[in-house]
Amino acid sequence: MSEYTTVFGRLDQYTKGGVEIINDDPKNYVFSNMFEVASRAKPWQKIAVAKNQQYVLEAIRAEGTSEWRVTPHDEFALVVDGDVVIELLDPASALVDPGESGSRAIEGDPEGTHMGTIYAGHGHMALLPAGRCYRMSAEKPSVVLLQSIQGPDTIERWADICQKF
Amino acid sequence: MSTQQATLGDEPNEFGYRPFTVGGFKFERDEYFVHVEWPTGRHVAAIEPFLKALMRDVAWNFFYGTVNFDAVIGTLNHYGNVDLFAGRFNEAYRQAELDHSENFPHDELKATFQAILNDWVNEEFDPFAAPQETGSAYGTKNGDNLSAVSRDRVTANRMVGLPGDEPLRSDESGYPINRMFADVDQSEPKVVVEPGYEAEVSAFNFFSYLSRSDVTWNPSVVSVCRDSLMCPTTEEFILPIIHGNDRVEWFIQLSDEIVWEVEDRDTGRPRAKVVMKAGDCAAMPADIRHQGYSPKRSMLLVWENNSAELPGMIARGEAPTVPVRF
Repeated sequence: MSEYTTVFGRLDQYTKGGVEIINDDPKNYVFSNMFEVASRAKPWQKIAVAKNQQYVLEAIRAEGTSEWRVTPHDEFALVVDGDVVIELLDPASALVDPGESGSRAIEGDPEGTHMGTIYAGHGHMALLPAGRCYRMSAEKPSVVLLQSIQGPDTIERWADICQKF
Repeated sequence: MSTQQATLGDEPNEFGYRPFTVGGFKFERDEYFVHVEWPTGRHVAAIEPFLKALMRDVAWNFFYGTVNFDAVIGTLNHYGNVDLFAGRFNEAYRQAELDHSENFPHDELKATFQAILNDWVNEEFDPFAAPQETGSAYGTKNGDNLSAVSRDRVTANRMVGLPGDEPLRSDESGYPINRMFADVDQSEPKVVVEPGYEAEVSAFNFFSYLSRSDVTWNPSVVSVCRDSLMCPTTEEFILPIIHGNDRVEWFIQLSDEIVWEVEDRDTGRPRAKVVMKAGDCAAMPADIRHQGYSPKRSMLLVWENNSAELPGMIARGEAPTVPVRF
């Protein structure tokens, strides 16, 4: 009986595929690799690797401790490499309008009630609940794929990260 | 139920299978093939890929856009009503004016398709399973597999694992680890919750959840951010349909490899081949159709924008067929 090896990507070990054109423009496929993007990013930069209208998936290089952020809607963090600790806080007063889109950075430490802590490893998904604050930390370089909506800190650098030819 | 009865045919044929009629379309099967007839033509196809395609069309509620069973037969979703067509997205059929299309209420067509699956899928065949995990679809009538063809598609309201939402998978709940994912780490995240926040502080092993999927090529909704839906799925062998997009769709390859053959949505002319390895991210434009090939069972994150406005905006030229320009 065969034994199978499941191949995941990592920051320090990934292999890219690509678009082989027959009759099209490769840019139409907006092709990138999240590990390559994170390997070239600064810690906690939120770089869009997928976008559909206002919605985005962001590749985030998790390294050290992030700023506190508040999100007006649910976000979901999928750890695709490494280990990430997520602290959640219920702010003492509303810090964001629920009609807004994308998370906002908070200066300093927000006041509020500690909700809990998630110790997420490879392949773990965490809810970052609407109206709450969160802060992430990672001892070693890790990668988070974040499901969110484009916000003021979303970085779009498609020409740098995508296959063009 | 009355609609379903009205579309059912007469007695079973010599092979034990009942014929079905919906509008001007007639479906019959024998030991190896499905035979489809419509007012301007006829079509024959192998029964196994036909049943696999039909299964996805039913499970996905006709999905986003076009579900091509093959180069001739398929459905086009108008969200509330559905076109059943022959040759509509086949350049030669169109030029010869042999294509045919009829519109049906969603529930009527779905009930007919479900009735076909109930009757034509034999006891040992599971149209959701990989080829090495199921018995044969061929032969004369031999029982049924109603539990396999009536699976509910997972659609989380917020995130699987939250209180009151879709449950996680386990051995105990009937979801053993798939043979090709035996090496996937099953450890769950450590979650420390302060009292009163049990409904908000939550995490789960996404990869473990996928490793326990008992179906292939069947995206399920796992997390929801307004109209943004994460729809991961496990893929093995060939996507049984050729999906024609009515909006941009994204693929994020989470493990292993899939090769996508991409064609023009309306003509079927080849446009590109997209090779995706773990970590790769690629958009499927709104004017293409695609079919995937996964040599080993792999984890694919299908990411959808569920906005009801999008197909009309793209069709009217108010939104582009590609997600970004650079």
